[in-house]
Amino acid sequence: MKNNKSKFSKYLVSGVAALALAAGAAGSASAAENGKFRVGIVTFLSGPAAGPFGVPSANAAKVLVEELNKGNLPAPYDKIGINGAEIEAVIIDEAGGATKQVEEYRNLVQRQKVDAVIGYVSSGDCLAIAPVAEELKTFTIAYDCGTPRLFADNPDAQYMFRTGLDASVDNIGAVRYLAATRPNVTRLAGIQQNYSWGQDSWADFTAAASALLPEAEVVEEQFPKIYQGQYGAEISALSVKRPEIVHSSFWGGDMEALVLQANARGLLEDATGLLTCGEASFATYKDQAPNGMIIGARGPFGQFAPDNELNTWFEGVYQNAYDLEPVYPATKMAQAILGLKYAAENAGVADKEIPSAEQLAAAMKGATFESVSGTVEMARGNGHQAMQGITYGEYHYEDGVASIKNAVSFDGECVTPPEGVAAADWIADGFPGAKCN
Amino acid sequence: MTSLLAVLIDGSIYASWLFLVAAGLTVIYGVMRILNMAHGSFYAIGAYSAASLVGWYFNNGMGPAWVSYLLLVGAALVAGLIVGVIVERGLLRLMYGRDEILMVIITYALLLILEDGMKIVWGVSPYFAYQPYSELGRTSLGLLKVSNYDVALVGVSALLGLGLWAWLERTNQGKVLRAVIHDREIAVAMGVNVKLMFTITFVLGTTLGALAGALTAPAISVVPGIGIEVIVLAFAVVVIGGLGSIGGAAVGALLVGLSRAAAVHYAPEFELFVIYGVMSLVLAFRPEGLFGRTLARKI
Repeated sequence: MKNNKSKFSKYLVSGVAALALAAGAAGSASAAENGKFRVGIVTFLSGPAAGPFGVPSANAAKVLVEELNKGNLPAPYDKIGINGAEIEAVIIDEAGGATKQVEEYRNLVQRQKVDAVIGYVSSGDCLAIAPVAEELKTFTIAYDCGTPRLFADNPDAQYMFRTGLDASVDNIGAVRYLAATRPNVTRLAGIQQNYSWGQDSWADFTAAASALLPEAEVVEEQFPKIYQGQYGAEISALSVKRPEIVHSSFWGGDMEALVLQANARGLLEDATGLLTCGEASFATYKDQAPNGMIIGARGPFGQFAPDNELNTWFEGVYQNAYDLEPVYPATKMAQAILGLKYAAENAGVADKEIPSAEQLAAAMKGATFESVSGTVEMARGNGHQAMQGITYGEYHYEDGVASIKNAVSFDGECVTPPEGVAAADWIADGFPGAKCN
Repeated sequence: MTSLLAVLIDGSIYASWLFLVAAGLTVIYGVMRILNMAHGSFYAIGAYSAASLVGWYFNNGMGPAWVSYLLLVGAALVAGLIVGVIVERGLLRLMYGRDEILMVIITYALLLILEDGMKIVWGVSPYFAYQPYSELGRTSLGLLKVSNYDVALVGVSALLGLGLWAWLERTNQGKVLRAVIHDREIAVAMGVNVKLMFTITFVLGTTLGALAGALTAPAISVVPGIGIEVIVLAFAVVVIGGLGSIGGAAVGALLVGLSRAAAVHYAPEFELFVIYGVMSLVLAFRPEGLFGRTLARKI
C-alpha cells in the first residue's frame, strides 16, 4: 500500500511538472508566433496606489486597446491595433516593491515574450527596471513615474523611454503659477509624505520659490509618514504659522484625507492649498475641497488636457466605459500607448509586421507625436524623455458641478531644464534659457 | 503658548484615537493570549462598513445628520459581531492551546485573507463618509481651529475606557473574565465556561476594532491598506502599556499621542522616530510594559 502511494505521488509530481512545462512552453510560443503585438502593462492593481493611479490607468489601457483593435481611433491612429497587428495586453500588478517588479519584468520579457512594456507609477520601480530593460533589450515606456534620476542615472539608455514628465516640472510649474497669479505671497508652508517623492518635491518647490518669489519665506514644513491618514497635529502646526500657501505633493488617500481634515479645520480657508497631484481626485472632492484650491495634473493631463480631437474621443470612450471622466493617470497611460503605436508605425517595417525593440527605439528617439495631451516632443534625456508644458488651475465646486478656473499653462521650454542640466542646478542658476510666453 | 495648547489638544485627540484602536487588541491578548495581527483588518472592515452605510444614507438624501452617527456605531457593531463570531468559531476555536507564535502567524494569514476579501467586496476605489465629520463644525481657539468631531472622539474614547473598566471590575461577568486571565486552568476547574468567555472576548475585541475604524472613517479616505497602517501603531501602544492591560493601553496611547504631537510642533524631523523612541525607552526599563505583569512560565 505504501509502495503504491509512493508511486502515485511520483506520477502526480511528474504529471504536474509536465503540465507546468507544457503550459510554460505554450505561453512562450504564443506571443512570438501568433502575429499579435503583445504588450505588458504594469501598474498598481492592489495597495493604496491602486485606487488613485493604478485602476484608472489599467482602465484606460483596457478601453484603448479594445478600441485600437477595432480601428476606432481618429487619425493618425486609425490603423487597426499596432501597425495592423492586433494588440494583446498582459496587465500585471505593480505592488510588491522593486525586487518583485524586476522579477515580474523578466517574466514578461522572457516567458510571456512581450514585444514592449508600458508601466510604472513608482519611481523606485522605474529606477530598478531601467537597467534591466537595457540588459534584456526590451522597448519600455515609463508612463507615470517622476524621478529625475531615470535618465540621469542611465544616460546611455537605448530601450527605456518616458512619455510622462519628470517631477521637477511639477514644482517649477507650481511656483510659476504662484508667480503669475499671486506674485505677492510671502508665507509658504509645505506638508509632504516622508519619502523621496515628498522630499524631492519640496526641495524643488522651495528652490524654485527662492528664485521666482524672492520675498517669500518658508514658515513651516511637515513630513508625516506615508499612508498616515491622520494629520491633526500637522494641520495645527501649519495653522499656527499663518501661511498663505500650503504646498503638498501628497497623493491618493493621504491627499484626500488631508484636504478633508484641513478644510474642516479651516486651514484651507485661511491659506490656499496647492496640490501638485490634486487633479487625480477631482471627481471625489465635491464640496469637501474649498473653491480656489490650486491643483495640478503633473502635465497637460486629465482635466488639463487640451480640447483636441484625440482627447475628446478618448474622454468619450472612457466615460462610456466607466461612467467617469479620465483623471491624469488615465491620460498618461493613453499617451504611452499612443507613443508605442507611433513608434511601431514609424519604424519602417511592413504592414502587420512587428518591429524589433531596436526599430521601435530608433523610431521613438527624439520623435514628435500627437497625443491626447497635445503634441509630445521626446526632446530631453537624449531623445528618451518627453517634454511638454504644464497647467495649473483652481478647483471650484458650484451647484453640484466641479470645474477648473483660472488655469494657466506654461510651455515645456519654460519649466523643463535644458538637455544635460540637472533640475537643481537649473533652478539654482535662475532658469537660464527658459522660454516662457 | 499657542503651540503648547496645540500639543495638548492634538496629543489628546491622537491618544483617544490610538486608544480606540488599541483597546480591542489588548482585550483579546489579555484574555486569550493571542497577538491578533488581523485586528487592523477589523478596523478596516468597520471603516468600510460605516463609509458604505453613511455614504448610502446621504447619497439617497435620507434625513437628518444625527442619524449618521447612529449608523456609524451600528455599522461597527454589526460588522464586528458578524466577523468576530465567524473568525472565532470558524478558525480560532480550532487553534486554541497552540503556541503564541503560531497564533501570530495564523492571525497574520487571516489579515492577508481579509485584506483581499475587502478588495473583492469594496474594490480599490476610495469611500467617503465625511458628513458626520463636517456637520459638527469647529471651535476656534485663537489661531487654532479644532474639529468638534475630533473633540467628541476624546469623549467617546474616555467613555469607552471607563465602560471597559467598569465591566471588568464591577460586573460578575468581568470577575469571571479576570479569573480566566489570571489562571485559565483553575477557572475551568471552577466551572467557568472558558470557551464562551473566549467567544465573548473575541467578539468584543473585533467590535472595538470595527468601532475604531467606523469612528475614523468620516475623517479619512477609506482605501485598501488602512488596516495595515494602524496595526503597527496599535502594537506600539499596547506594548508600552503592557500587553493585556486596558489602563496600560490608555496610558500608552497618551504617552505616544502627546510625544508625537510635541515632535510635530517642536521637532518635526523626529516625528517618525518618537513613537518607537518612547517604546524603546519604556521597554528598556520595564520589558513587560508599564502595566504588564511578569508571569512565571508554566512548564
